[in-house]
Amino acid sequence: MTNAALTPDPHAWLKARGRWSPFEIAFWAATLLPFFFFPSYLPLASQIAIAALFAISVDLVLGYAGIVTLGHAMFFGIGAYAAGIISSRYGWTEPLTGLLFAGLVAGAVGFIASFLIVRVQHLALLMITLGLGLLTYELANAMSWLTGGTDGLMGIDIAPIFGVFNFDLWGRTAYAYSLAGLFVGFLLSRRIVHSSFGLALRGVRENVRRMPAIGSEHRVHLQKIYTISAALAGIAGALLTQTTETASLQTLNFERSADVVVMLILGGTGRLYGGILGAAIFMIARDQLAGINPQYWYFWIGFLLMLVVLTMPKGILGGLARLAGRRDE
Amino acid sequence: MFKKTALAALGLGLALSTSAYAQETIKVGLILPYSGPFADAANQLEAGVNLYVAKHGDTVAGKKIEFIRKDTGGPNPDVAKRLAQELVVRDGVDIIAGFALTPEALGAADVATEAKKMMVVMNAATSVVTEKSPYIVRTSVTIPQVNYVFGKWVAEKGGVKQAYTLVADYGPGLDAEKSFAKGFTEAGGTIVGADKTPVANPDFSAFVQRVADAKPEAVYIFIPGGAQPAAMGKALADRGLTPPNVKLFGQGELTHPEALESMGDTANGIITTFHYTLERDDPMNKEFVDGYHAANNGRSPDLFSIGGYDGMHLIYETLKKTNGDASGDALVEAAKGMAWQSPRGPMSIDPETRDVVQTVYIREVQKVGDKLQNVIIDQIADVKDPNHGAAQ
Amino acid sequence: MISQFAIVLFDGFAFGMLLFVLSVGLSVTMGLMNFINLAHGAFGMLGGYVAVTLMRQMGMPFLAALPCAFFAAALLSIVLERTLFRRLYRAGELNQVLFTIGSVFVAAAVATYVFGTVQQVIPMPSWLRGSVEVLGLRLNVYRIFIIAVALAVTALLVFGLERTRLGAQVRAAVDNQRVAQGLGMDVERIFAVTFALGSGLAGLGGALAVEIVGLDPSFGFHYLVYVLIVVAVGGLGSVTGSFVGAALLGIGDVAGKYFMPEVGSFLIYLIMVAILFVKPLGLFGKR
Repeated sequence: MTNAALTPDPHAWLKARGRWSPFEIAFWAATLLPFFFFPSYLPLASQIAIAALFAISVDLVLGYAGIVTLGHAMFFGIGAYAAGIISSRYGWTEPLTGLLFAGLVAGAVGFIASFLIVRVQHLALLMITLGLGLLTYELANAMSWLTGGTDGLMGIDIAPIFGVFNFDLWGRTAYAYSLAGLFVGFLLSRRIVHSSFGLALRGVRENVRRMPAIGSEHRVHLQKIYTISAALAGIAGALLTQTTETASLQTLNFERSADVVVMLILGGTGRLYGGILGAAIFMIARDQLAGINPQYWYFWIGFLLMLVVLTMPKGILGGLARLAGRRDE
Repeated sequence: MFKKTALAALGLGLALSTSAYAQETIKVGLILPYSGPFADAANQLEAGVNLYVAKHGDTVAGKKIEFIRKDTGGPNPDVAKRLAQELVVRDGVDIIAGFALTPEALGAADVATEAKKMMVVMNAATSVVTEKSPYIVRTSVTIPQVNYVFGKWVAEKGGVKQAYTLVADYGPGLDAEKSFAKGFTEAGGTIVGADKTPVANPDFSAFVQRVADAKPEAVYIFIPGGAQPAAMGKALADRGLTPPNVKLFGQGELTHPEALESMGDTANGIITTFHYTLERDDPMNKEFVDGYHAANNGRSPDLFSIGGYDGMHLIYETLKKTNGDASGDALVEAAKGMAWQSPRGPMSIDPETRDVVQTVYIREVQKVGDKLQNVIIDQIADVKDPNHGAAQ
Repeated sequence: MISQFAIVLFDGFAFGMLLFVLSVGLSVTMGLMNFINLAHGAFGMLGGYVAVTLMRQMGMPFLAALPCAFFAAALLSIVLERTLFRRLYRAGELNQVLFTIGSVFVAAAVATYVFGTVQQVIPMPSWLRGSVEVLGLRLNVYRIFIIAVALAVTALLVFGLERTRLGAQVRAAVDNQRVAQGLGMDVERIFAVTFALGSGLAGLGGALAVEIVGLDPSFGFHYLVYVLIVVAVGGLGSVTGSFVGAALLGIGDVAGKYFMPEVGSFLIYLIMVAILFVKPLGLFGKR
């Protein structure tokens, strides 16, 4: 933040911040590697991309706007069910419009919830997000005529993408589709955080009381980002529904809300890439550890989380940045 | 960068592990909720699988059986689907099996169809499961199977005219309520009230009080196994809702051994319906139970264990019949109509629906010596799932 | 009708008191150090397993097993606090969340390894089984026992906070940590003692809970949500708050399910969101 004061033109500074570094380009190139080198890991890679998009959506509110949430699975799940319901109940099988629809529904719910969210802080905020998440879960269970209840939504059918690419057993289409979703969501988020709106958000995160004093309408800002984040989370949920042709109550549950926050903190908050990296590490570790021992793998996950906190308090990306000598924020 | 190296490391492991002995081994992928709230179901089911393999050896039709275990963490259809895909494309399994929970089975069904692999459902008990793929065969039970005939029995032989139903508010509970009520009303009974308890329910007292207010002649209960049966039993006892004041009926989970121990004498007289009875007097069952106790520190087998045990029996016998041909079509064809004696009693696979056909036992909790037991008081042979073929 | 209402009230209150014993420690430690300890439920799980093991393996009577559950949880918490948790007081809430969730994972895995996934049964002594008639109402003896224990705990806590030196220090530290430190109080030591007491109470609550809600390795996660609701609704650092919050949650839950079974499962979440929206600090929160 101190750099901003030194740079004469804020727009030039923002532009400089928004420039693509070789690291970033290499990173996105690397996401294509699974197609060639790990073709049998594509179903996992697809679900990592979805988790990463979900983590980015949480990073927008948690990392950039300081809204700690333990209930974001409600938007993920609403998106998942929205995409599933228009397919199974109304026969709308085209995936891209389904994705858009899910994003709109989740965003609309997010907008309504945001009126509640921006008025509370700290523990109350944490608990209200948690409470709303649990409420949504129970509602979805109660409305089993619509959601299929605990058996999950049945009869979801998704047409080939562009009418050409079928979702195949190897997960090639699924990964390409999820990765594209992640990339678009990332571009959007990247644009937001490197805009003046993004800066205002960070101002709110650092000091809520000062923002009104400098004429910034912090509540409006927070509502805006919360809505965008909800829509992105909904799109992530819809991607999961469409790539697996399933939607279940588990998309809404507390565990998913907690897991995504864990992934994000693990990778590092307030950096966008932190969510992607955290999701990848968490899910690969989980897959590999569960492969070795399906019964006790979570011992090692827990151990990993504790270790990261003790050795890299800013998350793995924060730790790497420190090792590389690059100052952050 | 990090991701790249991690994946590279994984790739190495992959190259070493894939199908070196494809011809001599048959790979069975087990998809179960090994972690999370349903871990106990996975544990018990796998113990049944292991017991079968220990007893019958790990070679069948000249081929060695090899297991690959995958954890879904709970009723996650998306995870189950991914794991099934991975088992097929990466591990090259010949048979997918396990599935303690309905959503797991529903998630993996499409993969079984697309990959043409036999899928043995060893527990998941919703009727619709076997209709989701022509490659699914079920060796456990369906909830309507045991409850529809039970409803009839309660009205006809139990002599009950009016009953109140109290079920857990989720798929299996609603299925149980519906099929019990159908059988019961068809045989002339009346349902006087129906309540649903949240699945994650720490305290039943409010619902039991509602039942007590209605002063019904009989109560039908369905709740998941684990901690809830004991809690339910105690809540009922507090309100004096125990036999002989009121007749209590339920599906077998309600009176599993740990629950009986915890409920104590108040459980006396509860009547349940189930496909497996631990204490059934039968040499084959005795051998099964003794072997299970010995292998699991004295723990008793339950419905998950018997589903896993018979699931393995089906896999072994179909492989023998096909002479080791593990293609899905051959195995499913071999499974259709297969009949055998299980520790649970006689059972078979319906050639049309690929679903299990078996004896349903009506049991009453009685004191035998100084221990409470489920004593079989009646049985109904060759029961099919009543829902298949009916319009959904 | 009146008697049914009284029974619902009694059952709800007893369940609330169970939640109170489980959560009061967390409220005080969070109020004191702002330390978000999501592993609090895991101490409850430990207490439960200790009580079950002592009673089943060594035939210890229930009344003797309860204090053992308390001390086992308190002892372990001292060890963990001194070696691990104290590093996190300045680490920020996100790191506290991550670290303590990690430790719940580890605790659940260890419990699975040692005790298996099976539901534990606690052998109740005969004098705690069954029910008694009081004023024409059939009341469960064990629930009466839980209420008695919870009231005793409350009395001890209130007395301790109001009348002892440590209590005065805790109150001072909760109200204003900096000033307390400035006056020469060793806030970290006060915290360590409170933390041990709070975890011990969780252990006691866990042992009491087995008979009502059962015990398996997912206990630490399962009851975390309820514990957090009690703490948030009651207000941080307040014994009275936790007591009222827990009673409200228990009665609200049971009464909601009794009178409106269709919405019973989400009524408590609605109540919580409404209360926190109006009073973000909780009913009795100070800051």
